[in-house]
Amino acid sequence: MTVHRPPTDPTLPGPRMGRAGLVIAQVLVVALFAVLGARLWYLQVPMADHYRDLAVANHHQRLVVPATRGQILDAAGRPLVSNRTELVVSADYHEIMGMKDGGEKVLTDLSETLDVPVEELRQRMRLCGPEVERPCWPGSPYQPVTLAEDIDPAIALQIMESSDDYPGITAQAHAVREYPNGAEAGQILGYLQPVTQEELEAREELRTQFTGIDQVGRDGLEAIYDSELRGTAGERTFGVNNHGEVMDVIADRPPRAGMHIITHLDTRVQKIAEEALASGMKAARPRYKADSGAAIVLDVRTGGIVAMASLPTYDPAIWQGGIDQETFDELLSAEAGEPLLSRAVQGQYPPGSTFKVSSLSAAVENGYSLRSTYACPGSVNLAGQNYANYAGGGHGTISLHKAIVVSCNTVFYNFGYQLWVKDGGLEPEGEPKEAMSEMARGYGFGAPTGIDLPYETGGRIPDREWKRTFWEETRENNCRRGEEGYPEVAKTNPSHASYLKRLAYEQCVEGFQWRAGEAVNFSIGQGDVLVSPLQLVRAYSAIANGGTLYEPRVARALVSADGEVVQEIEPVVAGKVPVKDETIRYLQDALEEVTKSGTGRGAFADFPQDKVSIAGKTGSADAQNRQVSSWFVSYAPADDPQFAVVVFVSQGGTGGTTSAPIARKIYDGIYGFGEGDAAEPALPDGRPRAELPTVRPDGSIDPLDR
Amino acid sequence: MTVHSPRARGIDLGRTAVTAAGAARRLDWVLLLAVIALCAIGSLLVWSATQPGDGGNPLDATEHLRKHLIHLVVGWAVCLTVASVDYRSLRAYAPIVYVVTLVALILVLTPLGAVINGSRGWIVVGGFQFQPSELAKVGLILVLATLLGEPRDGEVRPMTRDVLFCLLALALPLALVMLQPDLGTTLVLGVIFLGMLTLSGAPVFWVVGMLLVGVAAGFCVWWFDMLEPYQLDRIATLVDPSADPQGAGYNANQALIAVGSGGFDGTGLFHGEQTHGRFVPEQHTDFIFTVAGEELGFVGAGLVIGLFTVILWRILRIARGCDQPYPRLLCVGVASWFGFQTFINIGMGLGIVPVTGLPLPFVSYGGTALLANLLALGLVLGVNSRDRGFE
Repeated sequence: MTVHRPPTDPTLPGPRMGRAGLVIAQVLVVALFAVLGARLWYLQVPMADHYRDLAVANHHQRLVVPATRGQILDAAGRPLVSNRTELVVSADYHEIMGMKDGGEKVLTDLSETLDVPVEELRQRMRLCGPEVERPCWPGSPYQPVTLAEDIDPAIALQIMESSDDYPGITAQAHAVREYPNGAEAGQILGYLQPVTQEELEAREELRTQFTGIDQVGRDGLEAIYDSELRGTAGERTFGVNNHGEVMDVIADRPPRAGMHIITHLDTRVQKIAEEALASGMKAARPRYKADSGAAIVLDVRTGGIVAMASLPTYDPAIWQGGIDQETFDELLSAEAGEPLLSRAVQGQYPPGSTFKVSSLSAAVENGYSLRSTYACPGSVNLAGQNYANYAGGGHGTISLHKAIVVSCNTVFYNFGYQLWVKDGGLEPEGEPKEAMSEMARGYGFGAPTGIDLPYETGGRIPDREWKRTFWEETRENNCRRGEEGYPEVAKTNPSHASYLKRLAYEQCVEGFQWRAGEAVNFSIGQGDVLVSPLQLVRAYSAIANGGTLYEPRVARALVSADGEVVQEIEPVVAGKVPVKDETIRYLQDALEEVTKSGTGRGAFADFPQDKVSIAGKTGSADAQNRQVSSWFVSYAPADDPQFAVVVFVSQGGTGGTTSAPIARKIYDGIYGFGEGDAAEPALPDGRPRAELPTVRPDGSIDPLDR
Repeated sequence: MTVHSPRARGIDLGRTAVTAAGAARRLDWVLLLAVIALCAIGSLLVWSATQPGDGGNPLDATEHLRKHLIHLVVGWAVCLTVASVDYRSLRAYAPIVYVVTLVALILVLTPLGAVINGSRGWIVVGGFQFQPSELAKVGLILVLATLLGEPRDGEVRPMTRDVLFCLLALALPLALVMLQPDLGTTLVLGVIFLGMLTLSGAPVFWVVGMLLVGVAAGFCVWWFDMLEPYQLDRIATLVDPSADPQGAGYNANQALIAVGSGGFDGTGLFHGEQTHGRFVPEQHTDFIFTVAGEELGFVGAGLVIGLFTVILWRILRIARGCDQPYPRLLCVGVASWFGFQTFINIGMGLGIVPVTGLPLPFVSYGGTALLANLLALGLVLGVNSRDRGFE
């Protein structure tokens, strides 16, 4: 644009300076606005993706919708663990702790509303640690900390509606586990606890669908089948504004409820077993301590666990919410008998005479004839030491059949000793056969059975190799003690101290030797042999079913929430007992006789053996500084075996007087031979359930025993 | 202060009558079209920024848009009226405008004033809000142009005494605005003064001295904690906006997210999730540029920056064409104001300037500010259509 300019005096400083300044100003404007443009480009082109991610994080709120945890049902569809909804009040740990007064005000307000001492709320806000007494928060600080459970709906509503008065506090509905049978089978069912930080880090599937109020199974079936029971959490993505108000639903993935577990357990048989064990233990007192016990009913054809009792027990419901320190300490204490521990699966004890079926098999497989007779004197002298029968009496020359029926120790002592000598005794040449130990392992002892429960013990089957390993591990200490003695013991009891010193010296010098005495004791399930009740009942069920060892299973099928059978858990064969069929049949005959004329006859005196014949074996196991422990292991019916039953009472007396009557009560209940309630068979036709209970598509359950 | 004579006025009036049609032809149409374009974009952005955010039909939520359009109509009427009146006759009203704004600035400090966003800067009469500090900018420009553009005693450029008068003219509104307190307007008034003084031909001593004083004052304000604590926080978080995302840095951070997430072509008008989630505060006023950034992307927001560059370039070009100091300083004052306020506002949205409450000229929602902007534009357009080719 051409502009006509009137003549001006260019020497005047005003216009001249002004024009120059204006050009500079124009340049300045362009430069500054170019900076803005460049910055805009930087933010919107190279950095756009970065800011888009931030924007999404801004206004997309993910809400994880927890899936309903599956129920645990018995074989007839009756609930062992079910769900119930309750209202809980929880707090955001970081928000409360980040407050200027450490949440003092809001907790005080809340304590008035809930009518709970503020001190308790403060304690429950603490994170559990080695130095922290319960109640404390065992979960992750990123989860809402539960401050009160099972609260009144009116109070929950008050808290939800006046959320400004309770910053960081929420009230929400929360599914909690319910245990309709109380303490029965407590250890098998297990319990739930909030996810810990470690678990969250270690388990991918927990992290991706973490709801903030998640719990994981910590023991029993809840732990083993945690991922099946848990289901898949849903996720709803909301678009929210700056106040967090929901504007629209961007995506919605509904949760998939967890699967129900149908177990082999039968609540009636379980109840019978629990009650029989408890009353049997009570009857053994006060003569015996009878401090703990276990009873298992196993399906011999599948390895399914029909009942499994362990006493003392506890009600898993005590884990709900925050467990307080007193209850927690009691759960773990020795005085309370450590009720968390399942004696059936985790306990290991010397098996005593019940072990003789293994020793007999070992002898027969190594050349001792089933048709021969063997001497059963009151005592035998082997390698310079005297070994007596249990009651001290002898039975003359007897068959192996009778050796089992009357439980003659001396016959087996001889087997143990002779097989030990065959192997070369103290100084074996070449590879020893270890016939006794090998046979024990063949019966499934010395290794975990593979049951679907956690923390199973493997027991212990000693042999020369085990002895050497043990010696190597303890030698240093023994040798030192052999040199230095026991000065601290010598102060009070010099003779005992010198005995201990001699013992330590012996152990140091020749402790690696598998000595005759150990082999002799082994043959009757004493010494270093340890088995769990579960291992023992499985071994006997193998005898019952012709030699097949199953991996025991508690769970029988997984059923989806809408009733579809997702998976039937098939029996798993763990192995075959390495014994000829003839020997198995021989053992079956002998065991059947035990309850008629042998050591078990007292308990089964008036049992209708003509209807259901019981085969079994008693055991009375000794251990140092302990009273004799009582075993009875059996199966029935002897002619068509269905169930194997083991009963163990720690420090409970002999097998025939304490455990056999308990087992009998269990059989009475199963077959309906008892009085009152026990007059009706707990299991129809005295057989494990053949069909599965029906879960209807709407989720309700149709039990088999309407 | 007024120096025009009846004779000069007579000539002016006659010339106005003769050249009224020519004056319209000689309007700076580039400048005019750029401002119209900005106003149009601004209306769309205000419309989008004031959606209730529930995803409803944009046509249903037009309350702010309608008010904004009324403001625009009033503003443009004032603009064109002012443009058609000879700026020299406006000189006579300069003292009146100045005194009226001073009175209004005093009134806001009385119970008549209302506090909005922490600043006592509003007069509310019968549901009608009015922000005197916006008009104070125009009043100051008019007075300074007179004082600096028409020196006493036959001097061709302002001398010390003129500068001292100017300082006095600045001091009164500045003090009143600082009492509100309104840091943004305080800075704008100071920058208008410095810009006009620098280009007035005043003695170098004063120019350099005042620039130094301006820098020193800004520094002192910061250093002696005269700023409200929140303003200090805003400066501190400028260094690292992510240091405290929910606190003082929140606004700056959310603004960056809004602009950055727009990308090259934007999310589309009415489709900005940041905008409609109300994550950026004051989106229809101080942070309206972030709406442009998010919804129109680099294309649209860049266009806004470009339009402002054109506007400032044209205003300064008109100033360059002026032979008389008074109209030239008028343009310089307006350019200083628009330039500074625009740079601060956009720079704030882009995270390179501390968060300061200043609206974006011609774009932000707000009646008084829009009126003041268009009034100032009218002055510049009037200068352009008359000054050039005359005398």
